Amino acid sequence: MTSLDLAFAACGALAVVAGLLAVSTRQVVHAALWLVVALLGVAGCLLVLGHELVALVLVLVYVGAIVVLVLFALMLTRAPIGPDLVHAVPAWRRVLAGLAGAATTALLLAALLPLADGAVQRREISNKAVATELFGTWVWPFEALSVLLLAALIAALAVSRGAGAGVDTSSDRLLARLGHVDPAEGRSDVSQTGKKSKDGSGEEAR
Amino acid sequence: MSVLEVVLRSVAVLAAFLVFPLLVGQAEHKLMAHMQGRLGPMYAGGFHGWAQLVADGVKFAQKEDITPRAADRWIFRIAPFVALVPYLVAMGALPLQAGVVGIDVPASAVLVLAATSVGALGTLMAGWASANKYALLGALRSAAQLVSYELPLVLAVASACLAAGTLSLSGVVEAWSPWWLLWQAPGALVFLVAALAELQRPPFDMPIADAELVMGPWTEYTGLRFAFFLLAEYAGIVVFSLLFAVLYLGGWRGPFDDSLGWLWTLLKGFLVAVLVIWFRVAWPRMREDQLQRLAWLRLLPLALIQLALTGIGVVMTS
Repeated sequence: MTSLDLAFAACGALAVVAGLLAVSTRQVVHAALWLVVALLGVAGCLLVLGHELVALVLVLVYVGAIVVLVLFALMLTRAPIGPDLVHAVPAWRRVLAGLAGAATTALLLAALLPLADGAVQRREISNKAVATELFGTWVWPFEALSVLLLAALIAALAVSRGAGAGVDTSSDRLLARLGHVDPAEGRSDVSQTGKKSKDGSGEEAR
Repeated sequence: MSVLEVVLRSVAVLAAFLVFPLLVGQAEHKLMAHMQGRLGPMYAGGFHGWAQLVADGVKFAQKEDITPRAADRWIFRIAPFVALVPYLVAMGALPLQAGVVGIDVPASAVLVLAATSVGALGTLMAGWASANKYALLGALRSAAQLVSYELPLVLAVASACLAAGTLSLSGVVEAWSPWWLLWQAPGALVFLVAALAELQRPPFDMPIADAELVMGPWTEYTGLRFAFFLLAEYAGIVVFSLLFAVLYLGGWRGPFDDSLGWLWTLLKGFLVAVLVIWFRVAWPRMREDQLQRLAWLRLLPLALIQLALTGIGVVMTS
C-alpha cells in the first residue's frame, strides 16, 4: 500500500461519509455544509490522481458558487436551527430511498469495479491537455451543454417573472427582503427610519 | 521535497500570513487617522500611536468567548476558521519572486481563486448559526454579493491568464510586459472592484453595514473568534492585493529583479492595499440594488469585452 493509496482512500472515505451525512441529516443547512465536505473529498481524490485543474474547478464552481447559492436560497426561504420536523417523511419512504440509493451504488460498483486494477496510479495531466480535449474533441457537446443551461436560465427567468410582470418583480421583492430601499417607492425621501417602516408596510400590503 | 523543506515552507507561509495582515491593519489605522483627522488611534504608546494594534490584540484576547444559547453551536464555533484557513492556502500559492513561493503549482491562479471562494462560506455559516436576524440578513446580503461578483472576478483573472498563455502565476509574471498596463487595463479595473466586493470592504460593505445590521454576520461574535474574522478580512486584502500586483503590475519585474524581486512584489502589493484602504475612507456605502446593478450591468460586460480584447490580441501577436 503506497502513500497514494492511503491518500486516495482517506479522501474517498471522507467523501462517502460526508455524502451519507448530507442525505441523512435532519437539518437542511447542515446537509448543504456536509455537501461541501463531500465535494472537497472528491476534489481530494482528483488531486491524488493528478487531475489538478478539474479538482480546482470543482471547488471553485461547486463550493464557491453553487453551494453558496444553495445556502442563500435556504436562508431566504426557511432554514431553522435544529432539526426540521415540518418536512419529516414516513419511515417507508426512507427505506425506499435507501433501497434506491443502494441499488444505484450496486449498479455503479458492478460497472466500475472490473475496471479497477487495485493500485492507485497518478497520471500528471497538464492543463493544456485538458484544454485541448475540451475545446478540440469535445467542443460541440460542451457548447450544446452551455446552450441548454442558457435555455434553462431564460426559462427560469420567464417563470419567476410570471404573466403580469409589473413593477412588483421578484427581483425587487428579493432586494426589499435584503433590506434595501424599494425602487418603486420614491427615492427622494431623506429620512432613513421613516423610509424603512414605509417599505416594510408596503411589502406587507402587496 | 524533503520533510524538512515542507516544514520550513509551511512555517514561512504561516509567518507571512501572520505578519502581512497586521502590517495592512496598522497601515489602515494610521492612514484613516490621517485622512479623516481621527485622533483616537494616535495616542497609545506615544509616537504616532504605534501600540494601538498591540492594545487591540490584548483586548480581543481578554474578552470572554461567548456562544449564544440559541446558536447552532458547532457551526458557530468553526465558522471563523472556515473564513480564515482558505486565505492561508491562497497565501501559499502566491509567488513573491521566481522560485520564492510556498508551493509552485501549475494552476496556481485557479488555486487562489478556488481558495478565496471557499472563504465566503465562513461568513454564511457565521450569519446563519448565530440565530440572530441581523446576522442572518447580513449573511443573505453577503451571499447575494459574493455570487454576483465572483463571475467578473474569475473572468478578469481568466483574461490575464489567457494573455500569458498559462494558469501559473509565476508564468503570468514571466509573460508580463509593460504593454499590459494598457492592454489589460479594463480587466484590472474589473478585478480591483470585484475583489473589493469579495472582501466586503467599503464601499461594498452592505453585509456588515454597522448602522443597519450592527455588524452583520459577525454580530454575535466576541473575543478571539471575532478577531479571527478581522484577521481573515485583512489576510484577504493581502491576498487580493498581491494577486493584483502579480497579475496586472508585473509582480517582481523591475530594476535589480534578480535579487530584489520579492521587494518589488511586496511594494506593488502594498500600494494596492493602500488603495483599498483609501477607498474605504473616500466612498460611502453602496445600496444593495446599486451593488447588483454595478456587478451585472457594468463589470460583467466590461470583463467580457476585456476577454474578447485579450483573445484578439493573443491571436494577432501569435
